[in-house]
Amino acid sequence: MARYLLRRFVFLLVSLALASVVLFALLRLLPGDPANALTSVGASPEQIAAARHSIGSDQPLPEQFTHWLGQLVSGDLGTSFVSTLPVGPEVASRLDLTIPLTLAAFVLAVLIAVPAGFVAAYKRHTWYGALLSGVSQLGIAVPVFWLGMILVAVFALNAGWLPAGGFPPDGWAVPGEAVRSLVLPVVTIALVMSASLIRYVRSATLDVLGSDYLRTARALGSSFGQAMWRHGLRNASVPVVSVLGIELASTLLGAVVVESVFALPGLGSMLVTGIAQHDYPVVQGVLFVSTLAVLLIGFAADLVQRVIDPRLRDRLSGGTR
Amino acid sequence: MTLLDLSGLTLRTTDGTTLVDDLSLTLAPGERLGLIGESGSGKSLTALAVLGLLPEGITATGSVELAGTQIVGAREEQLTRVRGRDAAVVFQEPLTALDPLMRAGRQLAEPLRRRHGLRGPALKRAVLDALERVRLAEPDRIARSFPHEISGGQRQRVALAMALACEPKLLIADEPTTALDVSVQAEMLDLIDTLVRERDMAVVFVSHDLAVVARIADRAVVMRQGRAVEEGTVLGLVRSPAHAYTRALVGSARRLESALNLGDPR
Amino acid sequence: MTERATGRTTGRPAEPTTGRATEPTTERTTGRRRPVRSYTLLAGCVLAGLIVLLALVSLVWSPYAADDTSGGRLAGPGSGHLLGTDKLGRDLFTQVMTGARIAVEAGLGSVLIAAVLGILLGLLTAFAQGWLDDTLSAFLDILIAFPTLLLAMLIVAAHSATLGSAVLAIGLAQSAVVARLTRILVKRVLTQDYITAARTSGTSWPRTVAQHVLPNIWPTLVVNLALQFGLAVLAEAGLSYLGLGVPPPNASWGGMLQEAQATFTTAPAGALAPGILLVMLVVGVNLIADGLRDTLDPTTRRRRT
Repeated sequence: MARYLLRRFVFLLVSLALASVVLFALLRLLPGDPANALTSVGASPEQIAAARHSIGSDQPLPEQFTHWLGQLVSGDLGTSFVSTLPVGPEVASRLDLTIPLTLAAFVLAVLIAVPAGFVAAYKRHTWYGALLSGVSQLGIAVPVFWLGMILVAVFALNAGWLPAGGFPPDGWAVPGEAVRSLVLPVVTIALVMSASLIRYVRSATLDVLGSDYLRTARALGSSFGQAMWRHGLRNASVPVVSVLGIELASTLLGAVVVESVFALPGLGSMLVTGIAQHDYPVVQGVLFVSTLAVLLIGFAADLVQRVIDPRLRDRLSGGTR
Repeated sequence: MTLLDLSGLTLRTTDGTTLVDDLSLTLAPGERLGLIGESGSGKSLTALAVLGLLPEGITATGSVELAGTQIVGAREEQLTRVRGRDAAVVFQEPLTALDPLMRAGRQLAEPLRRRHGLRGPALKRAVLDALERVRLAEPDRIARSFPHEISGGQRQRVALAMALACEPKLLIADEPTTALDVSVQAEMLDLIDTLVRERDMAVVFVSHDLAVVARIADRAVVMRQGRAVEEGTVLGLVRSPAHAYTRALVGSARRLESALNLGDPR
Repeated sequence: MTERATGRTTGRPAEPTTGRATEPTTERTTGRRRPVRSYTLLAGCVLAGLIVLLALVSLVWSPYAADDTSGGRLAGPGSGHLLGTDKLGRDLFTQVMTGARIAVEAGLGSVLIAAVLGILLGLLTAFAQGWLDDTLSAFLDILIAFPTLLLAMLIVAAHSATLGSAVLAIGLAQSAVVARLTRILVKRVLTQDYITAARTSGTSWPRTVAQHVLPNIWPTLVVNLALQFGLAVLAEAGLSYLGLGVPPPNASWGGMLQEAQATFTTAPAGALAPGILLVMLVVGVNLIADGLRDTLDPTTRRRRT
């Protein structure tokens, strides 16, 4: 296990390095000079050159890259061209919103999808089992922003129960208001996410229901419930856990759109603004943090799977094959 | 007195295909019956029907009486009580029949716990005993192993130990040696033979292989396309097969055997 | 064997089947196989077909010109405008038809790029060995972990907000998914005996791929590409919603929804119609994918591994 952890950790670092190269290269394809964002329309060439020098975009690319890497290693995400504030603290404060939003939506989605997926599989010949499958089939086709719009129209604009968007300027200092403003975004993400999760849970459950070991347990006198509890749950969770990791990662990043629907000042809106303003350090910083999160979540999902499934432990412990 | 009484058992799929057609047979306590047939003859389904474990979409009509309980149309709770106590099964595929995520010892402990109410160290002891009884060397190691860490033969012994742990009146063996290497096959057959003899257990042995059935069973039913085409003692079937299919079975078994005798000095 | 030590041990598992449940395998029932009749496929074709029809008609005819604002602002449905007008007075039905065309173009274009690039890349990684294989598949894993939309946002930002760059971006992002699927499928086929047989009898690699590998993997690939079509349509709508997709006045459904958001309660038609059509199209192609899976893969044993 220690050996695996080491290998997996090295892989994490290599991936991160690789991702940062890709990020850096991709962003230099952005058209327009970021110095323009700093200067007024009629700026003289001298002013532009000064602006360039101040943000370092007059340096050759490799030098810019090593500079950025050096900053990263020391935990500095750089300074925004536009606001001239450091990116790191800004990202951290945005995460105060994005992390609770993502986690709450994730937990809610799991709470919906696991029972629903099980019922959709176990009761697939009943009308409600079929209905659940049908609803999840429909759910994966609904754009998340449209669902958000509809929920806003129904529960905020018509019923007036919840705010239509925004986040209290004081943030979590007013917890009641903060929570209220996150209810609809959380529900929106959770519904869309659970639609695809239900399909995976259903499929995993069907695998278990048709499995020989479940039949063996029942043939020797276990009731269906006992057999499912002892054998079904763990076996079904193996494929579901890996999907959960990916879903969690994509929710974190996919919050971009939902934050836009609900006008929430999260990581996603920071990214959108950064792109619009050609603010490299902001875009790089946000994407770097997101990449790190995605890789860490993947790492965690792998570990959980290995704890559950002994076959994975053996397969990779013996070095290369 | 009969342990198992099948009369007019018919298995159909929902779209009306008949898989087993009007099958009747009886089995006395301690009796050893072979069910022979090619794949698709309905022999394995018949075995599953005895336990009320038919796959979804297949319905049974007729009567299956196991130790006085009517299986066809029985409620799930009734079936749960019968399974293991009155009849237990060893399936064909030793790899998939065991839970891949659970150590062999824990899987074996479950029927022991349920059947005998054992707990703690007594249960642990019983698990090792049960593994020893199926002639597994290093029962300690096997108990700690996951199914993928042990060989096919060892897995099948664990599965056999689990079935025997229930101390059933009837052991149903559904092609238990088909997936094994030939050398392991013979050992496994001997083992089943010895263990059921010691316990006076009745056996229904399902196989496509006449020679294998002959080793375990006294009596055999030959099935073809869902029907019983011939029934009799194994000896009688081998000596004077009446049905064309039985003759073919016996013929091919003999041909295989005679192939071994080629080099024999006569 | 297909997953390497340095890769994530398990990625996303195989797409779950959504159509009818798979019967547990039993002993072979009868030799006859009933002809496949897939209502799923039929329903999918009808739903998606309606949208495609709308898109095709929009090429030659629409009720109003795209910039005709004679209807007055935010007119309700009826009154010569089937769905009413938007806040500039343009006919909504005309826009919805244009949106259908854009959606279908976005889907087709992205899937075409994803298919060509993805299959080539997948074949390359499948035949690569050692560190090259490790590196390439690790790279794909990272790409796949990012949502299509985010990658697309970056690429669109780097170029400009047009349908072309949106399609290119989505197609590129999706090609990673297709590449990994192809890699897994090809690796699986390559372990089969008939490949060894073909190789030992002296068939060249390109011939082996054409004769044995591609015919064995295309059913799964086609099903996946159909699913990618739906995802591409959704991604394009998302981009347009964020203002990073098709620029006005060419109305994409995503853009229309963004515009109609503010007037949802007063003029709901503009906020509902594009969304409903979008869902119809995506559900339609997903159903086609499910139907194809059932039709192309006649073995009911696909659950067993």
